[in-house]
Amino acid sequence: MSDFWKRFSRNRGAVIGIVILAVVVLVAILAPMLFPQSPWRMVQRPFLPPLSMNQYPLGTDALGRDVLAGLAYGAQVSLLVGIVSTVAALLVGIPIGALAGYFGGAADDVLMRFTEFFQTVPSFALAIVLVAIFEPNIQSIIAAIAIVSWPPVARLVRGEVLSLRSREYIEAAILSGQTSAAIIWRQVLPNTLSPIIVLASLMVATAILLESSLSFLGLGDPNMMSWGYMIGAARTVIRQAWWLSFFPGVAILLTVLALNLIGEGLNDALNPRLARRGK
Amino acid sequence: MLRFILMRLVKAAIILIAILTLNFFLIHAAPGDPAAVLAGEAGAADAQFIEQLRERFGLDKPLLTQLGIYLGGVLQLDLGYSYRQQMPVADLIFARLPATLLLTLTAFVIALVLGTLAGVLASARVGKWSDTVISTLALLFYATPLFWVALMAVLVFSVFLNWLPGFGYETVGANHTGFRRALDIAQHLILPATTLGLFFMAVYMRMTRASMLEVSRLDFVKTARAKGLKPGIIQRRHIFRNAMLPVVTLAGLQAGQLVGGAVLTETVFAWPGIGRLMFEALAQRDYNLLLGIFFVSAAMVLLFNLITDILYRVVDPRIRVAS
Repeated sequence: MSDFWKRFSRNRGAVIGIVILAVVVLVAILAPMLFPQSPWRMVQRPFLPPLSMNQYPLGTDALGRDVLAGLAYGAQVSLLVGIVSTVAALLVGIPIGALAGYFGGAADDVLMRFTEFFQTVPSFALAIVLVAIFEPNIQSIIAAIAIVSWPPVARLVRGEVLSLRSREYIEAAILSGQTSAAIIWRQVLPNTLSPIIVLASLMVATAILLESSLSFLGLGDPNMMSWGYMIGAARTVIRQAWWLSFFPGVAILLTVLALNLIGEGLNDALNPRLARRGK
Repeated sequence: MLRFILMRLVKAAIILIAILTLNFFLIHAAPGDPAAVLAGEAGAADAQFIEQLRERFGLDKPLLTQLGIYLGGVLQLDLGYSYRQQMPVADLIFARLPATLLLTLTAFVIALVLGTLAGVLASARVGKWSDTVISTLALLFYATPLFWVALMAVLVFSVFLNWLPGFGYETVGANHTGFRRALDIAQHLILPATTLGLFFMAVYMRMTRASMLEVSRLDFVKTARAKGLKPGIIQRRHIFRNAMLPVVTLAGLQAGQLVGGAVLTETVFAWPGIGRLMFEALAQRDYNLLLGIFFVSAAMVLLFNLITDILYRVVDPRIRVAS
């Protein structure tokens, strides 16, 4: 474990990523304390430019709402959707991949054709259709993102399981009379953990981008202030008020960048052999 | 080769039927009675009209019969009717398809050419400042939301600098013809195509760089060096050709994302393609049109994938021999 931290902290990008992400998480947690009033509330005159009033450093939007408060509450939505939808995608992808890889044969064929179908379908278009039909709210957004993002997990886990399946210790476990479920759960899955962790960190980043894209198109949860919604609402007034779309975009960019950097750092730290080869 | 293409076409057909079935059940899963939804879209919701709709679309028949009617309709290029736009869905989509094809293909070419060039350049200068700059840019483009970079491009190049048009497909009311018109469209195309291509450029760059480095460590490259071949020739003929294979595969797999990205880009630039149409359908909750566009974009992706698979076989003689 200490080896892992040593390798991880040697990666400058990953450390920068951790710092940025820590700030975003902190802002999300502290949002209700920093901005006790709803981000939807009108606080000043509309289109107040940034830096013109100390109390509202990032200005106000077309309805006089505080942009900084919006950013803070938006961090909650981005992180919530990013993490929950990734966990949901893992819960679908890991069992499918593990079953396909462990049992092979017809089960593998059926499960992989099913996975391929979801991989071929244009994912963003499918997410749009799903959210639109099941009404935009936080649950439908999370479900839609999970539905379009589990296939890579299934493929990854299947590949890992396939390569572990023929190892001697698995054969020993089979001979000792353990059930398939126990072998998959206790012997196989723990050994596939590190690539799954790396993939998951990158999936959170992609999920945040997807959520912001959906909200931008007006498919966000109407009760939750999100970065994508802020940019979408500011789209038509971009000529008068650049800051309304600029700052939320920077927030998305930094958060996604941080997660990607962390993902790469994890990859290098968890697969030291690969990392050295890349140098 | 013919057998291969045939097999792939059968597979594509199966996937398309699966998508249509999914579409069919989605419409039925939508909250509310489909007939009432249709009536709502048509703007008249009295009981008699709803009953008429139910009969006309066979909504009073069993679900499987309805599915059959729906699939049969699609075979005849009937994707349903959009009550909001008062036109058949297929007509609406096919009128907008050329603009989307122009946008996505241009973006794809820009991304592939610039992405691989940058990747080759970075791999040749690993660890030097030019590699650092290229890799950092790729990291940034990879994390930038597509719709935001599009908006910022409008702000900078169209509003502040006034260099390029940031809106529409051609100058409204200019009535250009021939070459003048093509030039006008090309000017309108630059910003949307470049912003749509940025993310993919980053992907191809990273892939090319990694793949070039990977291949350059292989034994046959050492042999080529030992033979005394010039480094430039090794780079171009030996490393590049082999390194491009995974990039081609990836490019094919990402066709779907390109089509998805077009929804965002077209929305920002008011580009009159199917992506913008999808945004309009969303705003009006026009489910028939929405599902029609979803189906057509999936068909486009399958076509893209088929083309890359064929290209792959042309590029890599080993696969041709193996099959």
